[in-house]
Amino acid sequence: MKIFYFAWLRTKIGVPSETIDLPAEVKTVGALVDWLKTRSAKHAEALANSKVVKVAVNQEHVPYDHPIEPGDEVALFPPVTGG
Amino acid sequence: MAIRVQAEDFDVGAEYAALTRGRTSVGGVTLFSGLVRDMAGGAAVSAMTLEHYPGMTEKQLEAIEAEARRRWPLDDVLIIHRYGRLEPGDQIVLVATASAHRDAAFDSCRFLIDWLKTKAPFWKLEATPDGERWVEAKDSDDSAAARWDP
Repeated sequence: MKIFYFAWLRTKIGVPSETIDLPAEVKTVGALVDWLKTRSAKHAEALANSKVVKVAVNQEHVPYDHPIEPGDEVALFPPVTGG
Repeated sequence: MAIRVQAEDFDVGAEYAALTRGRTSVGGVTLFSGLVRDMAGGAAVSAMTLEHYPGMTEKQLEAIEAEARRRWPLDDVLIIHRYGRLEPGDQIVLVATASAHRDAAFDSCRFLIDWLKTKAPFWKLEATPDGERWVEAKDSDDSAAARWDP
């Protein structure tokens, strides 16, 4: 599964994207964010405050209880600030 | 219909002319343009870099446009949003709506920029005398968008 990071999540984690093998027990966006925190200290720090970690699955905004599948495109980012 | 996500600047006059040319059913056009300010949160801003999520940006802007067209009778909609490095005074965004009557043009333009600010995946990085900082989302942007909730 490909995970994209944007804005300060990208700079704090240190990579714009990474490819992971989704563990079978990770079935929701919230579980994925929790699992990603275990990958490194940088991940843990960047993802610590879930209020400012928004998620898109297949380029749509989704809540943390949204289900995920191995083929999904997932992106994590702070609240948007365009316009 | 047009959604454009681009690094290049745009010409508001040329876009307005293109929007109205040959369209005699249009009775009013509302244009909103957003610019880079030289001050933010009490600090001088020397530059702003806009990052976005290619693919999702276009998808979200198309969805926002479709929602505006569902709510108001619009002859045309134009959204241009820039990315990359910009300086104070530079244009960031243009939203234009054309309709037979002014209410639909005004209301839909306001709706589009309010929704865009909370849904389109753009992020602003400001350069200030104290270094670079990511712009934080404002609660007032959420409440502006919430006014349009069904």
